[in-house]
Amino acid sequence: MADGIVTLTSANFDETIKSSTTPILVDFWAEWCGPCKAMNPVLAEIAKEQSGKVIIAKLNVDEHGDIAQRFSVMSIPTMMLFSDGEMKMKMIGAKGKPQLLAEIAEFIPTKS
Amino acid sequence: MSAIEATPQKVIIIGSGPAGLTAAIYTARANLAPLVIEGEPSSTSDQPGGQLMLTTEVENFPGFPEGVMGPDLMMKFRDQAARFNSTFITEKVTRVDFSQRPFTVWVRDTKYTAESIIVSTGAQSIMLGLENESRFYGHGLSTCATCDGFFFRGQEIVVVGGGDSAIEEATFLTKFASKVTIVHRRDSLRASKIMQDRARNNPKIEFKWNSQVTEIIGTDKLEGIGLVDTVTGASSKMAVTGLFVAIGHRPNTDLFKNILDMEANGYLQTRPGSSYTNIDGVFACGDVQDHTYRQAITAAGSGCMAAIDCERWLEAQH
Repeated sequence: MADGIVTLTSANFDETIKSSTTPILVDFWAEWCGPCKAMNPVLAEIAKEQSGKVIIAKLNVDEHGDIAQRFSVMSIPTMMLFSDGEMKMKMIGAKGKPQLLAEIAEFIPTKS
Repeated sequence: MSAIEATPQKVIIIGSGPAGLTAAIYTARANLAPLVIEGEPSSTSDQPGGQLMLTTEVENFPGFPEGVMGPDLMMKFRDQAARFNSTFITEKVTRVDFSQRPFTVWVRDTKYTAESIIVSTGAQSIMLGLENESRFYGHGLSTCATCDGFFFRGQEIVVVGGGDSAIEEATFLTKFASKVTIVHRRDSLRASKIMQDRARNNPKIEFKWNSQVTEIIGTDKLEGIGLVDTVTGASSKMAVTGLFVAIGHRPNTDLFKNILDMEANGYLQTRPGSSYTNIDGVFACGDVQDHTYRQAITAAGSGCMAAIDCERWLEAQH
């Protein structure tokens, strides 16, 4: 787990989502996707600044396509917010930090 | 308030494609310490690095006989601008006020001021403009072949458009799709000859001429499209699970409505042979003011012009 960002795999996906008491933002990405790479600094900042309030996790769709397929991911980056083991929201496309934080605000506790 | 916010900059560059970054290199080397407000991540082309961030191989930018990947090329531009003392802010400008000097530029509530401005906000893909279109975005409808092509492996998909972007996307998509149909509303392409030849010789590419998409069909995701024949008026439907739109670009000039003079199609007007806009001290370069050429190399060239115009204008003020 580098910079507080969790690497999800086909093997650990279900367990990680189910067992987390903190909301998890899952970023579906791939090496060849430019906008996905552009999200990296944004996600790294959120992981640091919102540590304890939300967990940032990444899933490489090339390596773990079964998970992407399960959630009908057809475009990347796709980001999904999981809370209490359930998918609460899905966002398609890269976006800046302020907009991303605004969109997930209702699922992130205001106190750590 | 940060130091950058408190001090009027010599020049603020809005946008960071080839035009903006070339302007940054030249103004930085003129010791103007440009502040580049480069945009924020996005899956459309209005993002740091501009339109080339969504392409793969760029074969026609001079200096790269083996070709170069779009994002890699833009990273080189950016590194070069950074080397000579440019400051980058990875945000999107939300409002501008050019009614007095110093000029003001806002990123939401944060205000920056500058003696001069270089506008290089570029252009982004035009969508079809059909009802419900945004619902299908990311659910079968896409404007980024490099991002989404992967998910259409073995499927039959459609690319709408007749220019170089459409042909490039279609050709790239044949890596994944079993068949790519190019739907174009006329009977001839406006793409470059070499791209046309490649498309015609590609066994996975078919053409549907004189056809316009009138409808997007599907429940949770794309299932088909409705078409009309632009010559006969006949309607038809086509089953398809992937639709890539590459019908052209519109300039990112919403910020400058009623502030900078622009053509009816939104492109900024500049004094012929220069980057001067109707406001002294505000210069425009790249695709935002070019509907004719729209190449990375012409954008870079005009970015250099804007930097030189800007530097000379600033000197003349003192």
